[in-house]
Amino acid sequence: MSSTRPILTVHDLETAFFTEKETIRAVDGVSFDVTPGETVGIVGESGSGKSVTARSIMRLIKSPGAILDGSSIRFHHLETVREFADRFPGRTVDLTTIESVRRPDGGSEHPSQRVAPTIIDRIRKGAETELQFLDAEACVFVTAGNADEPASIDAGFIDITRTSGPATRAMRGGRIAMIFQDPLSSLNPVYSVGNQIKEALRLHQGLRGRAASRKAIELLEDVGISDARRRVKEYPHEFSGGMRQRAMIAMALACDPEVLICDEPTTALDVTIQAQILDLLADLQAQRDLAIIFITHDMGVIANVADRVNVMYAGEIVESTDVVSLFEAPRHPYTVGLMESIPGAQAGDRLSSIPGTVPTPTQPPTYCRFVERCPKAFDACDRIHPASLPVNDDVPDHRARCLLYPEDVDEATALARHEEEPQ
Amino acid sequence: MSEQLQERRTADTDSETLVEVRELRTYYESNRLFGGNPVKAVDGVSFDIRRGETLGLVGESGCGKTTLGRTLLRLERATGGTVRFDGRDVTKLAGTELKAWRRNAQIVFQDPDSSLNDRMTVGEIVREPLDVHEWRMPGDRRERVRELLDTVGLHPEHYYRYPHQFSGGQRQRINIARTLTLEPEFIVLDEPVSALDVSVQAEIINLLEDLQDEFGLTYLFIAHDLSVVKHISDRVAVMYLGKLMEIGPTEVVFTEPANPYTHALLSAIPVPDPTAADGRIRLHGTPPNPRHPPSGCVFKTRCPMRIKPADYPDMPDAVWDAIILLEDLLAERERMMGTIGWRVREMIGRTPAVGTIDEIYAELFGELDVPASVESVLEEIAAAARGGNHGRAIERLDDAFGGPCSADAPAVEAVGTDTRFSRCHRHQEPYPSPRAVLEAQSPE
Repeated sequence: MSSTRPILTVHDLETAFFTEKETIRAVDGVSFDVTPGETVGIVGESGSGKSVTARSIMRLIKSPGAILDGSSIRFHHLETVREFADRFPGRTVDLTTIESVRRPDGGSEHPSQRVAPTIIDRIRKGAETELQFLDAEACVFVTAGNADEPASIDAGFIDITRTSGPATRAMRGGRIAMIFQDPLSSLNPVYSVGNQIKEALRLHQGLRGRAASRKAIELLEDVGISDARRRVKEYPHEFSGGMRQRAMIAMALACDPEVLICDEPTTALDVTIQAQILDLLADLQAQRDLAIIFITHDMGVIANVADRVNVMYAGEIVESTDVVSLFEAPRHPYTVGLMESIPGAQAGDRLSSIPGTVPTPTQPPTYCRFVERCPKAFDACDRIHPASLPVNDDVPDHRARCLLYPEDVDEATALARHEEEPQ
Repeated sequence: MSEQLQERRTADTDSETLVEVRELRTYYESNRLFGGNPVKAVDGVSFDIRRGETLGLVGESGCGKTTLGRTLLRLERATGGTVRFDGRDVTKLAGTELKAWRRNAQIVFQDPDSSLNDRMTVGEIVREPLDVHEWRMPGDRRERVRELLDTVGLHPEHYYRYPHQFSGGQRQRINIARTLTLEPEFIVLDEPVSALDVSVQAEIINLLEDLQDEFGLTYLFIAHDLSVVKHISDRVAVMYLGKLMEIGPTEVVFTEPANPYTHALLSAIPVPDPTAADGRIRLHGTPPNPRHPPSGCVFKTRCPMRIKPADYPDMPDAVWDAIILLEDLLAERERMMGTIGWRVREMIGRTPAVGTIDEIYAELFGELDVPASVESVLEEIAAAARGGNHGRAIERLDDAFGGPCSADAPAVEAVGTDTRFSRCHRHQEPYPSPRAVLEAQSPE
């Protein structure tokens, strides 16, 4: 696991779909970090909000869906911040200067770097309307260095939820790329594979003609397609399932992204091909120091690829920890249920299952969303919405959204801590 | 070969055989103008299914497992061979006899979304087989449907609802209820749980097991998810490119696979344990096109333990792997350049540019230390390919490096006990067995 600073921070992400009947809160307060070279896994049943999380990061949510105010997805890559500050000076905000003007409590002993998070939190909480300084267009935030001289910027971030137009397009594909579950429906059947890779190269790197062709062949070779010179001229239907997924990966890597989102990339593939694709992703990650967000419902795959795992249920992350502790000692009753229903993992004759289905969240949570299916539910679960707390003091990094935790304090204290946590 | 097998199998009479499949073949003819090779989706498959057991059928997509299931039920017409159901050959049935037999054999399809008619209520869907077979009076039929809905864990009041009102797991229950209406003995389950989430998957598998106990059903369980098959099957059959590679009791096949393909398939399953040692055998490439299966053993193009040619026993493994890949590439080119479209384009001088043989050589052998004896043959092959004669190049390659795996198709051999069979040249003397090869490869 890499110990460097996160490249992507998802903070309190809320994505809802507004239908005539109801508002579906598909993603409801999801927060996690990804660092370069690390693979963060997201697991959960269908309908738990995994793909909507990924699509929110890619800004692929279309009406009637929307990312709600107060959500924040911050991209910390320094070169990108510098480049964006250069390209979009009107949309760049220097948080260091604003802080000194607008500090509400007036105290001046804090260095600006330490104060900046207060502002960031207020932006996140949707309070920017009070903070008059913030332009609706602003999306590049500088926290160290001079925003007027892009080269001098030392720290900052781009809030992906606030980007629009060219900034979104430069982000999507260029900095954060995504591969999807079904490679056949994500490739265009009437263009050759090479053509589609070249499109990405033209849009993001300005490569054309021969240079683009050469690069496309190189990319196909990088993802392990033999005889790439011939293959580059072929159409998606001439590729096998595994090769199509390789071609998709080549397209995603065409622009040298920092973050790669894989949404069930191997679900449609056979196990032998799945093994090849997982190996390929691991190699590419090592070569390019890629941060990968890996979405799957297969616990076997997650055990093999992830460094950290977020378990999602009904729009929330219910458990989050490193992969080894998750499989050694799952804490949330939902995770326990998921592990137990894997066939082959259990000795008994009957498979244990989680009765019922994932509820569709339509209201902000006021109770535990897993309560109806939970074998360990008790009275308080119906009235308190559990916060994401460490399962005990020894493992601050292992968090669960369940009233049974923290496990090292008595029940009343635990409940009180869940109640006082801001929702 | 098959006679021998039959004898051995009839000797094994610890329980009664319900379905007896012998040398079954299902070919799809080419519909090209100038003919062509048929797709051999199922090619000479023989096995038995005993009454009351679950036979798991696994393999990669395109290996013919679904076609095999459908052929058993007469949803596809067999090109050759027999399927005896209770001793009667069903491939020859027709008319009323066929219709009467069909009550006995049913199928559950993979995708619960597309296998239910959205415009019919659940009651109508489940009742349809009863209507088709004119089972008793309409009142009785309704009663029977309500009972069945209860049996599969739905509520009788679901009778008047439509499929879209149900979740994936519930829809699969509707599918199962429909197959049970006519009290069949034999059910083909074609990937019944692959579209479902794990927790729901577990419920459906439990249901299938309960129903088997209650009604004494016999299952053919087709799946590509091996852990599910391991849980539910008594015996398991592994299929590759239309052929059965291995068949045997589940426990033994999973713990001590005999065939190299089974080895590779099992080792590719991701284990839900992050600390487990990675013992994966990497298979390169994808299954070959079933219209152009390789000569000899169908698995030879991807086999990690293919027998080296006798003339070159000391060839390094890396070179041997590269030669296998070259064989595959040459065959692919030969096919591409043999098409009429290619010839027409050639005549008008508009063939797309492809990498030359030298580029392929650089890619495959560039960084390898190729022994001189091998090098000289490779040169000959390259010379033939450069001249555009890929057929000649392939011939030369096969001649020099083909080895036993390329020479002829491996026979079905009993492995260990007489309930277990596998197709591989390595089961014969003097070659080391796949297990021995695997142990030699891993340093422990």
